[in-house]
Amino acid sequence: MAYTSDHNVAVPDLLGPSEVRLSEAGARDFFDLLKPRVMSLVIFTAFVGLYMAPGTIHPFIAAIAILCIAVGAGASGALNMWYDADIDAIMTRTAKRPIPSGRVSPAEALGFGLTLSAFSVMTLGLLVNWLAAALLAFTIFFYAVVYTMWLKRATPQNIVIGGAAGAFPPMIGWAAVTGSVTVESVVLFLIIFLWTPPHFWALALFKLDDYGDAGVPMMPNVAGEASTKTQIFWYAVATAVAGVLPYVLGFAGPLCGAASLLLGLGFVHHAFKVWRMPEADRRMVPAKKLFGYSLVYLFAIFALFLVDDLAMNAISWLAA
Amino acid sequence: MDKVELTDKQKRARRNRSIAIGLVLAFLVVLFYAATVIKIGPEIMNKPLY
Repeated sequence: MAYTSDHNVAVPDLLGPSEVRLSEAGARDFFDLLKPRVMSLVIFTAFVGLYMAPGTIHPFIAAIAILCIAVGAGASGALNMWYDADIDAIMTRTAKRPIPSGRVSPAEALGFGLTLSAFSVMTLGLLVNWLAAALLAFTIFFYAVVYTMWLKRATPQNIVIGGAAGAFPPMIGWAAVTGSVTVESVVLFLIIFLWTPPHFWALALFKLDDYGDAGVPMMPNVAGEASTKTQIFWYAVATAVAGVLPYVLGFAGPLCGAASLLLGLGFVHHAFKVWRMPEADRRMVPAKKLFGYSLVYLFAIFALFLVDDLAMNAISWLAA
Repeated sequence: MDKVELTDKQKRARRNRSIAIGLVLAFLVVLFYAATVIKIGPEIMNKPLY
């Protein structure tokens, strides 16, 4: 199949031998397949998980672990773009991605995604540990197969269950140091897992038509806006509660606990404004604000955990 | 036999990809060399042959 330049639809390849479509994709186009913006969040949360974990790891091996997690996440992004090229071409937010815009062929994206998946998992296993590698392999499988190929087009609960894929990186970072999965790493997982629905449903509210045109059963399209707004609020409450669990369970300090609580209350406040947003409001400013705040929230709360752990280490070093 | 002629854009893209692959391979060589020394130690090179 080839993609015409004037409209983003797949057409049968009827080119003659003198017009063979050879690749014009550059390194930048392949890099774009890795969803670099999503990757930055993965790198950060994985690093926080790795840093907070008890035990020691050589800094170079730690850097390899983060690199493998980032590449594995990018690989699953490439596989997602390969499978979803048809709906990406329809949605304004994704129409400029490398495959629908015709810069990279679907076969190139598939090969790239599979190769990076295998390399990232094997390298993590060989140089760090096999539990972390197994978790990374499961994450890639969960995102590319369970979420992309199955849930995304089948149920409005797609991003609720699929959100687990984005929640695994801090757990993998933790496992890279300890070689185990503990309650603390499950709490870090839980924060991102509960944060995902309000984050994506806020986006789905103001991109309602896009998802509708592509036939993706997002919650606002299936259950309606009122139900989605209610669910956004309660998931935000659950996220705020999960955010203070590190303090409650004793692996974060009281200052961190207080700051997490404030950040969580901000999240709930924005979600409440979305809940109270009139159905007739099509500008959906509160939903756009919630989407923006959700990104700040996740970066900020993981930054808090990191700073808190750094401070605790500094205090125990000074006391020694 | 028909011969496929690459356009200038295709040639530039191929060169760009080749450079990127070369850089990644060189990076992997350094990465695995350093990781081997760190994981096993510099004494890995100081063993009797048999």
